[in-house]
Amino acid sequence: MEFNRKHLLGLEGFSREEIIHILDTANSFKEVLSRPIPKVPTLRGKTIVNLFFEASTRTRISFELAQKRLSADTVNFATSTSSVKKGETLRDTARNIEAMKIDMVVIRHGAAGAPLFLTQCVDASIINAGDGQHEHPTQGLLDLMTLRDKFGDLQGKKVVIVGDIAHSRVARSNIYGLQALGAQVGLCGPSTFMPYQAEHWGTEIFHSIEEAIEWSDVLNVLRIQLERQEKGLFPSTREYRRFFGVTRERLEHAKRDITILHPGPINRGVEIESELADSEFSLILDQVTNGVAVRMAALYLFSGLNKETTDA
Amino acid sequence: MPDAARSEIMDAAGLNRTITRLAHEIAERNRGVENLVLLGIRTRGLPLAERLNARINDIEGQMLPLGALDVTMYRDDVYQKIKQPEVQTTEIKFNIDGKTVVIVDDVLFTGRTIRAALDAIVDFGRPMAIQLAVLVDRGHRELPIHADYVGRVVQTTAGQEVRVKVREIDEQDRVYLVEAKKER
Amino acid sequence: MAAKLSTTKLERVLFTGGQVVDPEHLTQKKSDVLVEKGRIVDVGQFDGGEFDGERIDINGKIVCPGLIDMHVHLREPGREDEETVESGAAAAMSGGFTSICPMPNTEPAADTAEVIEFLKNRARDLLVDVFPIGAVTKGRKGEELAEIGALVAAGAVAFSDDGDPVSTAGLMRRALEYSNMFDVPIIEHCEDKSLSENGVMNESAVSTRLGLPGIPGISEDVIVARDVEIAQFTGGKLHIAHISTANSVDLVRQAKKRGIKVTCEVMPHHFALTDESIAGYDPNLKMNPPLRTQADVDAMLSGLKDGTIDVIATDHAPHSIEEKETEFGVAPFGIVGLETALGLVMKYLVQAKVLTLPQAVAKMTKAPADILRLERGSLSKGAPASLTVFDPGVSWTVDKAAFKSKSRNTPFEGWELVGQVFGLFNKGLWWQPGQ
Repeated sequence: MEFNRKHLLGLEGFSREEIIHILDTANSFKEVLSRPIPKVPTLRGKTIVNLFFEASTRTRISFELAQKRLSADTVNFATSTSSVKKGETLRDTARNIEAMKIDMVVIRHGAAGAPLFLTQCVDASIINAGDGQHEHPTQGLLDLMTLRDKFGDLQGKKVVIVGDIAHSRVARSNIYGLQALGAQVGLCGPSTFMPYQAEHWGTEIFHSIEEAIEWSDVLNVLRIQLERQEKGLFPSTREYRRFFGVTRERLEHAKRDITILHPGPINRGVEIESELADSEFSLILDQVTNGVAVRMAALYLFSGLNKETTDA
Repeated sequence: MPDAARSEIMDAAGLNRTITRLAHEIAERNRGVENLVLLGIRTRGLPLAERLNARINDIEGQMLPLGALDVTMYRDDVYQKIKQPEVQTTEIKFNIDGKTVVIVDDVLFTGRTIRAALDAIVDFGRPMAIQLAVLVDRGHRELPIHADYVGRVVQTTAGQEVRVKVREIDEQDRVYLVEAKKER
Repeated sequence: MAAKLSTTKLERVLFTGGQVVDPEHLTQKKSDVLVEKGRIVDVGQFDGGEFDGERIDINGKIVCPGLIDMHVHLREPGREDEETVESGAAAAMSGGFTSICPMPNTEPAADTAEVIEFLKNRARDLLVDVFPIGAVTKGRKGEELAEIGALVAAGAVAFSDDGDPVSTAGLMRRALEYSNMFDVPIIEHCEDKSLSENGVMNESAVSTRLGLPGIPGISEDVIVARDVEIAQFTGGKLHIAHISTANSVDLVRQAKKRGIKVTCEVMPHHFALTDESIAGYDPNLKMNPPLRTQADVDAMLSGLKDGTIDVIATDHAPHSIEEKETEFGVAPFGIVGLETALGLVMKYLVQAKVLTLPQAVAKMTKAPADILRLERGSLSKGAPASLTVFDPGVSWTVDKAAFKSKSRNTPFEGWELVGQVFGLFNKGLWWQPGQ
């Protein structure tokens, strides 16, 4: 497999072969996680900086664990409040990174396109850990990995993403990744949560959770950001739960095996019934384990093109 | 590769005989196979380990625990490659503590693969002993590593390569030498 | 950088052999132009045998009234690091403009006679005429009307809260009523902020894909619709700044049919680019109103063609490299435009046969002069001799490093454009690039 990308900015434009290669690699790394000593020296000597301009516990911990499991040296740079407010620009941060001889940067940023911007200022490989409302490719990959573990091939499988699609980077990475693997994608949520011209993705659009469940094999349920209510995008959590909440009753009504994913953290009792998140329908904990494996694979594969000297 | 550039080291029958001999040697050296486990190094060490296991079973009437080892994650040349080598899965579904581990690989060359394999094995536990069985030892060691069981010692120059083909992967059994100047 | 460009004082000049483009009569013919004491003496064929003034051979070049950009941001006072009156004027000259109208969103805002006089003074010795636009409301806060009468007396030619719309319909009514007494237009930045919110680019399939918050076209359309109704009600003069959507063009078209006193302008980037170009998140493609869709671009072209769109202006908006070299979402809106406008007009309107050369020139000379009641845009006998001379056949490549502006925020770097400035004459001064 010719895998010669240097950066992981998003899943848009990735081929089926490329995604499968990453997921296969992730499977190999997943085995490492089950060993008595779950650590390999693969990235020994590599220096990775985790640049988190937005608060994120889960993704950051998952990346850090992946880096430790690969024996990389890591530096954490969380600036959600401090230096951005002091007026330090991403450009300045990039200059510092360059001076520190960093091999890879994992970046989470509130502005879409920030990881791409970074690729234009530094030589390091850039891994996007979520940029604005654009993409969150490692989340997309771990969702794909979890579904492949369950279904094998995703060709023709129907996956509905439920929630605030317009403001979700997870949704975008899922759409591109699922479509690359041949799955059919549906989007479900109130019309105020649908991005403008969402139909250009070739997705089904549902405004009824019952219809979405009827159609789907998998529901990927997004977290509802409660602050959207203040912005007038939905009236109340009660109303949201009534029309779009994923409940056991609704799933059982479908009389089919439906799988549930959730990128976390869950608003229990809002987008998903509390008990359901821990039920037989849910693969949420598999997602967490696969998250580390997928990130190990990404760190390994995307560190490849970052060496000037070769012995070829 | 044109045929002229090749020279045969083993044909299918030769390979078969060599495996049989190695199986006998392993059983003899360890006075039976009671405490042994086999680890085949991916890619071609693994089918060779499976065949050795079958032959040992013929001789001793006992199948050994067999695992697959992918050493890519432990290689020391990862940064020197333009392309990242493909990582495959390691499968060791048994405890190796206190066991005698026999590593099986096709060709012993610089010793770097075996060095990586030793690092990998100690991450899985603390074996009583580790031994090495190879089909071909072609020399040019770069590390102080030697094999305990050798199918054939072949004198080679640095520009040559030993190619091992096994029917499980390559649909034929043979070992031959080619004049190839390939990046390694 | 940005030093005052050196000019030559010429009392009597004869421009010979040029193609004279007359925007009043929409004609183009080979004629000479005789200028004395800063006024046009005559346009025609002179044998000029015993002419003792300066002769400037402009054979093969176009000569037309000096180009007017009725929508620029000069950043002075307040952000002199980004642009000054002097550097902005130099950029204007480099782009072929002899008159520019700076918007009042400076620090402090141009909401008092003092600021207007300051701007006029800063431009006094320059070749370029600066006709300032005053703020509609004090401090551009959208609360109380600025002293429009005093500002007009000081030299303000129009009023705008550009950067923001006039905040409410009620205030717009008062502004149009009041400004009408002085026969000056209100220039409106049409954007309903409750619809554009925190948007950074056009709301479209592209914004959806890029995950960037969108500015919907209707945020412009609803204000255009609101303001044409108020313009009709009050009888005031309304000028729509930087029109960018197909619907807005249509609203203006209908309003004109209804006899409402409304005019509008389009920026070159709104007919030369679409939002598809933002795929790489280049902040030099971020401006407000944003780049729209191909359908909108098509509407700009047909609006220019049928006369709905009166004026071509640039919205020249300099920003420092520090501010622009950043994430798309964080970067300020705006691009520089003075030095690429003529080239874009020639390439995308004249060469593309959307407009004839005289029509295109009219939208950059006579039309803005008429709207702002400037004694410009004319080649009549006795008119002020404000002239732009350019070579319509020369292709050139945009090199932002060579810009005279203090800022470099252009999306057109490396583009091949058509039409090169040969020289400018204004206030009795002659200037040529490289001089």
